[in-house]
Amino acid sequence: MFDFTEEELNRYSRHILLQDVGVEGQEKIREGKVLVVGAGGLGAPVAMYLAAAGVGTIGIVDGDVVDLSNLQRQIIHTTPDVDKWKVESAKETINAINPHVKVETHREFLMADNALDLVREYDFIVDGTDNFPVKFLINDACVMAGKPFSHGGILRFEGQTFTHVPGTACYRCMFKTPPPPGAVPTCSQAGVLGAIAGMLGTIQAAETLKWLTGVGELLTNKLLTFNAKTMDFRKINVKKTDRCPICGANPTITELIDYEQAACDLKGH
Amino acid sequence: MAKIIVNGEEQEVLLPATVADIIKQNNVAQPEMVSVQVNEEFVDREEFSTLQLKEGDEVDFLYFMGGGTANVSNLANE
Repeated sequence: MFDFTEEELNRYSRHILLQDVGVEGQEKIREGKVLVVGAGGLGAPVAMYLAAAGVGTIGIVDGDVVDLSNLQRQIIHTTPDVDKWKVESAKETINAINPHVKVETHREFLMADNALDLVREYDFIVDGTDNFPVKFLINDACVMAGKPFSHGGILRFEGQTFTHVPGTACYRCMFKTPPPPGAVPTCSQAGVLGAIAGMLGTIQAAETLKWLTGVGELLTNKLLTFNAKTMDFRKINVKKTDRCPICGANPTITELIDYEQAACDLKGH
Repeated sequence: MAKIIVNGEEQEVLLPATVADIIKQNNVAQPEMVSVQVNEEFVDREEFSTLQLKEGDEVDFLYFMGGGTANVSNLANE
């Protein structure tokens, strides 16, 4: 039998009412350990919805503090949180939403020397980061450790996401190497509509819950992209590539790499 | 004129045309920021200027997307 209390049954009743989820699904959610990399624009809605959903353990990796300019989209942090460690601010919000969640804070940036150890502790990893070096690092660490993850990227009015489980297309199947630092449109062309982070982050949270419960079809071997200016959504079929340098037939990448950041993107890394 | 599908939409193009030509015709601002699939197979960057497209080919541009957030405040600090 499942040992949910009356309070929990009531709290999660709208999940439990879902035929596809039920008490069994809710138990899988409670047993889940999810690592959210980055407590920023994407990580905020991801962590908040996973907390509300009752994910048993949520790990958060971030070595940064809350800046006033974050609040336009990073809704897990509030105005009094400015200058707090993001992981601490995020933990407070998560526990205010749902005190049943165990929050593990990792007050550091994901790097080649800690990535594998971190991802190995969790069942599912969510990429909520804002830069390419870490996106490649998450991909490589998860492929090496055989862990599933949700990739997310946003820019201006657009977003894209896919889900990787072992054996399906990875980030490097689609994008072999990071763009040259000078080419990255993070400086003059940067900026993002705050709500885009919510649109994409909630898709990532839904994928995480689907993976935990086994409900539905994941965004594997698909890249979902959307443009909020037109509200056009598109799913592009992608395939695992034999020539992929990390998950292909003859991988050339055998250890994790700390790529160089773009010049205007160095803060805190 | 020949018809190809670019990002799910039909386009008329003059053949012969390479992947690089199609990138140009679609005004991709930063070709180094795009990954290209033809008929759901990824094309190596080195082949962009040699791979010829045929009538009916499906071309997808996949864009690098990071966070878009990188730090206006950094610029001010520099």
